[in-house]
Amino acid sequence: MIRTEYRYEMQKKDRLLVVRLFGEIDHHSAAGLRAELDGLLLKERPVRLVLDLSHIEFMDSAGLGLLLGRLRLMRELGGVMVLKSPNPRVLKILTLAGMERFMEIDGLKGAEK
Amino acid sequence: MKTRIKGEINRMELRLPAISVNEGIARAAVAGFCAQLAPDATELSDIKCAVSEAVTNCIVHAYAGRPGVCYITVVLLEGRVVRISVRDNGCGIADVRRAREPLFTTGDTDERSGMGFTVMENFMDRLTVRSRLGKGTLVLMSKEIGRSRQGE
Ligand SMILES: Nc1ncnc2c1ncn2[C@@H]1O[C@H](COP(=O)(O)OP(=O)(O)O)[C@@H](O)[C@H]1O
Ligand SMILES: [Mg+2]
Repeated sequence: MIRTEYRYEMQKKDRLLVVRLFGEIDHHSAAGLRAELDGLLLKERPVRLVLDLSHIEFMDSAGLGLLLGRLRLMRELGGVMVLKSPNPRVLKILTLAGMERFMEIDGLKGAEK
Repeated sequence: MKTRIKGEINRMELRLPAISVNEGIARAAVAGFCAQLAPDATELSDIKCAVSEAVTNCIVHAYAGRPGVCYITVVLLEGRVVRISVRDNGCGIADVRRAREPLFTTGDTDERSGMGFTVMENFMDRLTVRSRLGKGTLVLMSKEIGRSRQGE
């Protein structure tokens, strides 16, 4: 249960990059994740980044900061970012922050933009 | 801190150094204590999130990397209510009302979202914040477990 370590798997097809994140996203794990993801994005320069959250068991507001920061970078690179399969608890904090206004969240009906 | 409050059934007190690895340890410990009320997955996640926010604020803002202690008290009250306090002796908050507004943040180095207090407020039933500049901050929050399932 005490797992603030993170792990990820990635899949690349042309300029689509799918990154599946594992574990818990909090302030403790965010710094490492941020550096890891930014390195990946700058290297691969995808036009579409899919962050698969299906294996994220916990996320607090540090995760919101992490996601918004990566969205900013993706926009600078001229690409889009999509969130995939957050569990209902993770979805709850995403929608509390209105994240569906800034990025596509799959499985969330009525997402604007 | 008083040793016993009205309607108190059980209590856990923790003091943790203000280092980031303790964010996960604090929320896991509080979740373990709350398990005696058999909360559902959402309630448990709400509590973990709120604790994570308060403890992270101690680490990031109150002590800002300096050594310090984060005091966490969890009390189980009659009526299936958990009352959680998170206290620090850090820098304090100049304007609590402003700090509680969504998106307000003084953190610039990290990617802070300014949503910590908003999460605590929305995921718990009650949130009280008391702070004195240069003295520290007390965050008090409570939640009734099973409320959403009543009458089912
Ligand atoms: N324990 C604390 N000690 C000092 N300042 C705090 C504390 N908790 C919160 N703050 C202040 O309140 C602001 C808002 O907190 P929060 O809503 O958690 O957003 P964030 O942590 O993302 O900045 C912080 O930026 C900080 O200025
Ligand atoms: Mg915070």
